Amino acid sequence: MEGEAGNFTAKLKSEPRFIDPLRCTGCGDCAKVCPVTCVSEHNCGLDRRAATYIRYAQAVPLVFAIDPEICIGCGLCEKVCLAEAVKYDDQPRYNDLKIGSVILATGNEVFNPSDFDTYNYALLPNVITSMEFERILSASGPYRGHLMRPYDREEPKKVAWLQCVGSRDTHHCDNPYCSGVCCMYAIKEAVIAKEHSHSGMEAAIFFMDMRTHGKDFEAYYDKAKEEGVRFVRSRVHSVEPVGDGDLEITYADETGEIKQEIFNLVILSVGFQVGQEGMELAGKLGVDLNENRFVKTESFAPVATSREGIYVCGAFQGPKDIPQSVMEASAAASASSLLLNDVRWTEAKVKEKPTERNILGERPKVGVFVCQCGINIGGIVNIPEVREYAKTLPYVVYVEDNLYTCSQDTQVKMAQVIKEQGINRVVVAACTPRTHEPLFQETMSNAELNKYLFEMANIRNQDSWVHSGDPTQATEKAKDLVRMAISKVTLLEPLKESELGVTRKAMVVGGGVAGMVAAKDIADQGYPVYLVEKSSQLGGQAKKLFQTWRGESIPAYAEGLAKEIENHPNIKVYLNSELKHVDGFVGNFKSTIQNGGEPEPVEHGITIIATGGKEFQSEEYSYKKHPRIVTHQELDQRFNENDPSLRSINSAVFVQCVGSREPDRPYCSRVCCTHSVESALELKKINPESDVYVLYRDMRTYGERELIYQEARREGVIFIRYSLENKPQVEVVDGKVQVTVFDPILQRSIRMQPDLVTLATAILPNETDALSQFFKVPVNAEGFFIEAHAKLRPVDFSTDGVFLCGLAHYPKAIDESIAQARAAAARAATLLARDSIFFSGMVAFTRPIDCSSCGVCVSICPFNAPRFIETGRDAGKAEINPALCKGCGLCVASCRSGAIGLRGFDDSQIFAMIDSV
Amino acid sequence: MSNWEPKIIAFLCNWCSYGAADLAGVSRMQYPPNFRVIRVPCTGRINPKFILSALRHGADGVWVSGCHPGDCHYIEGNLYARRKFALLKNLLEHTGIEPKRLHFSWISSAEATKFADVAREVIRTVKEAGPAQHFIKKQAEVA
Repeated sequence: MEGEAGNFTAKLKSEPRFIDPLRCTGCGDCAKVCPVTCVSEHNCGLDRRAATYIRYAQAVPLVFAIDPEICIGCGLCEKVCLAEAVKYDDQPRYNDLKIGSVILATGNEVFNPSDFDTYNYALLPNVITSMEFERILSASGPYRGHLMRPYDREEPKKVAWLQCVGSRDTHHCDNPYCSGVCCMYAIKEAVIAKEHSHSGMEAAIFFMDMRTHGKDFEAYYDKAKEEGVRFVRSRVHSVEPVGDGDLEITYADETGEIKQEIFNLVILSVGFQVGQEGMELAGKLGVDLNENRFVKTESFAPVATSREGIYVCGAFQGPKDIPQSVMEASAAASASSLLLNDVRWTEAKVKEKPTERNILGERPKVGVFVCQCGINIGGIVNIPEVREYAKTLPYVVYVEDNLYTCSQDTQVKMAQVIKEQGINRVVVAACTPRTHEPLFQETMSNAELNKYLFEMANIRNQDSWVHSGDPTQATEKAKDLVRMAISKVTLLEPLKESELGVTRKAMVVGGGVAGMVAAKDIADQGYPVYLVEKSSQLGGQAKKLFQTWRGESIPAYAEGLAKEIENHPNIKVYLNSELKHVDGFVGNFKSTIQNGGEPEPVEHGITIIATGGKEFQSEEYSYKKHPRIVTHQELDQRFNENDPSLRSINSAVFVQCVGSREPDRPYCSRVCCTHSVESALELKKINPESDVYVLYRDMRTYGERELIYQEARREGVIFIRYSLENKPQVEVVDGKVQVTVFDPILQRSIRMQPDLVTLATAILPNETDALSQFFKVPVNAEGFFIEAHAKLRPVDFSTDGVFLCGLAHYPKAIDESIAQARAAAARAATLLARDSIFFSGMVAFTRPIDCSSCGVCVSICPFNAPRFIETGRDAGKAEINPALCKGCGLCVASCRSGAIGLRGFDDSQIFAMIDSV
Repeated sequence: MSNWEPKIIAFLCNWCSYGAADLAGVSRMQYPPNFRVIRVPCTGRINPKFILSALRHGADGVWVSGCHPGDCHYIEGNLYARRKFALLKNLLEHTGIEPKRLHFSWISSAEATKFADVAREVIRTVKEAGPAQHFIKKQAEVA
């Protein structure tokens, strides 16, 4: 790759597939006849695949490829492929791309534990990796989701998970970091395996620290314990074969006693590492890697690499789980789009909207197109019989069958036929609407027909493919499905996709780091932003913190950012202000900001909620009873002020999990372990002779933060574990602070009189009720906002046009808040970049005359689409906003007056299908 | 009677169970051809009247299948469906319709094996119940 940020030229090589993806229909006949096989990479070598293959059945697009490594060139696949997609002479393709920015999202590889000789992974078939076990549990995996072990395909009765294999380890490998995801996936695998088991499988997880620091993870951990998953705190020494495929584990328990236990299956919870390919790619692009071989980034610019214009997200940036990867992905999109601002839409092609024939008042004239799909349908279902049958059905004016209805030439012909025959409803009997509906609908648009006058009969995926042994019944079923589709299509009406203008302005609620980053990204992209902050200054919690775990000053960053925000021409800051009222919906919000005495109305297209959190103030541990007992933020304050008294601290104690992971506040506050280690190191730096103790339950220095935990131990910080049942005591005795804790290694209580006690108190969300009401977005029992999907949509709400970032979502470190804020900005920009948005025509509508104003629809709709009409003749009745309606039909099925219809899936249409079965 | 095959109407939600049915096809899993599938956007769309109508029009069984709890494409439509369906099933049992004719399941779009397994199970239990005659009036009574 050559050039510089904003103007790169990349040379791209595409390996040949040997099967033309434009012609391949995904039928799989080629794979069926292929005579050679090799191990399947996707199933981790647990089963085999042919040389013509798709990696997995859900692949998009569903097209095959030939693996040249094992293909013997017999020519069988070419012979059976009726679509003529096989191309043995396919060549690599080279493309020069002119691009402005690059995003690295290549992921990384899982650790290969073959070198761990004491675990015998390479020798024993019943010692497997967690990835292999994922495939075993998968319904589409090698054992079809049946819980079996590889050696004898017996169901294991006792399974052990060994944590930190290839993570937190510099002896067997060079991976000192924590992979951050393995604790959680091991618990998940244990719970699911128990569900799959027929004989009450026993599960045991051998771990060092249980790191369930994600949102709702701690509750899952608690539930797993209740369900009988056994957690054993130990680093397992060795795995040896015993009996017929069983395995004996040797480990030392917490008191140092050596124990042995026999299991039927042992799973190694392997971590992440950047592989050779990743390192080579970074070298080629001139991107620096850090000491752990992940792409080097900084806390305040978590997705920027060392080379300007190249961004990174996901596991190549550092070990992380899915939600964090998704956030970074959107953050990288936001960062890279700033470089492309000037050229936005310049290469976009505007699609001409075809004119639409008005079919109002016409009698239905149905055209039926039956697909043979090569031999995939035609080989089982008697196509001529179905075709002739369709001709006899009411309203059908035209029927034909095609070898491949989806092929380009058939599509052209189909458009022609629709026009010539005056067809006004189309039924295609072929594969599945989930993949092919858009294609046929486009053909209808080209034929000047409204695309909603269409229905598919699924006679391949749900008929010929699954009833290949019974052609007669399959043909009968195909006829039924075609008849049902025709009965529905005759009742369909042309639908309009409503267009709605977008107010291209943003509202950001909350002026902490998350809110400021989101506001700046949106403003830098050229859209005006209203930033509303409750307090008298910007900066939020960041002003009260000292430094990141990497040693970067947080107040300095927050101050610099606040200055940029205040001077930004596109950002209007409202301090001492709150939202008083919100009306409207995606693209068209109308809000009132209470700024001092005068309420100010503003209009905005999107809203970002970044209301943040605060430090929990506990009564516990004698807090406020002695000046030497402080919270993290109070200690940070003293670091920031360079307090000289810190130099005279000779002993300090940190108490973890104050108000977190307790019965009345079950979540883990995620950042406190790292915070304590970072502060402990700082105290050691100020006075290297001091004794520093950290009293913890599990050290959760996840990801690369593990490195400062190791550093702290090297520097002599002493870590003492305590349990929830036996918490440390902090008392004030004769004017002195006294800490008593039970040390599980010494098996006795220790008493200390430290100069300083720091309480790692929980993070609480700020007050959320009003915003939750205004934007109709949900809040969980702990007061954090609930995102649309915990894994896949971590910054969206189910309400369109409202986004979420920062501590209001869940406790998180500043680099993660920044990534999430940039992600929210990117998601917001997808709406702000357009003048108007189009909505699907398949939405619900009310008939006010039938409405009894009961309000069921208003209360059950997850998207807040129905509301009561406020004025006019139908005041008090419900109406549905097509801009918010997703077309799920929940209100339609729940309306007790039958006053709601659903376009495209209306009662009459579904009844017609039922009637015609 | 010995070669009688039940006709079963399956209401499958577009995002999960319909996808599972498609994937079962891609994976060439075989199950008997007794189902006639009606695709709906969400199980929450299913009005109990659809199920009554299906039985009245001669279906021997009805199978409703949607996304797993928590995975609904529309957040929580499947949970409302579950509630409605539980009530309806009780009511129908009260009116003399065998519970064996009515089935509800959660199948994600990746669970093709589960789809085929549940399909076979639904067919087996509906067969046990025999042809549905509850709604069919005898010729003499109609006349």
